[in-house]
Amino acid sequence: MADTSIEHIQKVITESLVTFGADPDAISRDAQLEALDVDSLDLAELSQIIEEQFGVELTSNDVAEIKTVGDAIDMVAERAK
Amino acid sequence: MGRDVSDADQDRRPAGSCALVTGASRGIGAAIAVALAADGWPVAVNYRSGVAGADATVAAIEAAGGRAVALQGDVADPAIPAQLLEAVHERLGPVGVLVNNAGLRADGLALSLSDDDWQRVLDTNLGATYRLTRAVLREMIRARFGRVVNIASVVGPRANAGQANYAASKAAVIAFTKTAAVEVARRGVTINAVAPGLIDTDMTEGIPPQLAERVPAQRAGRPEEVAAAVAFLASDAAGYITATTLYVDGGLSA
Repeated sequence: MADTSIEHIQKVITESLVTFGADPDAISRDAQLEALDVDSLDLAELSQIIEEQFGVELTSNDVAEIKTVGDAIDMVAERAK
Repeated sequence: MGRDVSDADQDRRPAGSCALVTGASRGIGAAIAVALAADGWPVAVNYRSGVAGADATVAAIEAAGGRAVALQGDVADPAIPAQLLEAVHERLGPVGVLVNNAGLRADGLALSLSDDDWQRVLDTNLGATYRLTRAVLREMIRARFGRVVNIASVVGPRANAGQANYAASKAAVIAFTKTAAVEVARRGVTINAVAPGLIDTDMTEGIPPQLAERVPAQRAGRPEEVAAAVAFLASDAAGYITATTLYVDGGLSA
């Protein structure tokens, strides 16, 4: 069973964003993905990682709603329940 | 700006990955499978109906010390690409190189082509290329390595009376190649097209010999000459080449 605690979700998402090239010091719940230079290709890859790690499938409409790091964490946490 | 040049280190084939060549039971596809195997890739030899040809391709690769498996599947069927990739994973591992070679022609003047002749050429030449590429890109972007080579044609960029469906499909393959390539370039994945001219295969059987006179090189090409271009684009050396079309046509398109 996957660890779906908010802390773990936050860790996976943060680590992914760093892999994509985001500045680790700039990542916070309120940080805008656009400001972190996270683009649609990064989000497509993040969706794959989230699906693998948490079994949560995000549609392109879901992804379009994600504006901040916190949005992503909350959406995954809500769906992974 | 952008990635440091030292990141070029990531543009190397991951250990344990393989090549998938569609339509590899004969002609250009078979030659590509053999060439990639000679470069050390385990090769999945996909075929639709030519089981004897696919087995012969596998046998040729194994005789040369390579590794290959034949996998049946009509890639024009939208359900097949996912199944095919699953089978490739099981038998040979993740796909590092995809060569979308499967193609067919159903010639006729544009004014008299049937809907079926239009659609099945588009489904195989373009639809299958898209669906297979989409499926492998998901894993390639994660691996930070990938080589997709789409077999186009000089017909498409250039007119050829009697092949409006084929020309439309191949021109679209080149357009698809360019745009998909720029989308994933920063993940170490390259997507290129190879555009053969007049190549001596079953597919060009029945084409009048005078046609070779229109080729500046004054002869038809060999499948192995197309395969060499594909093998180059699949190699580590070609890591900075993407979104381009390499013509293998004896100068026909010039």
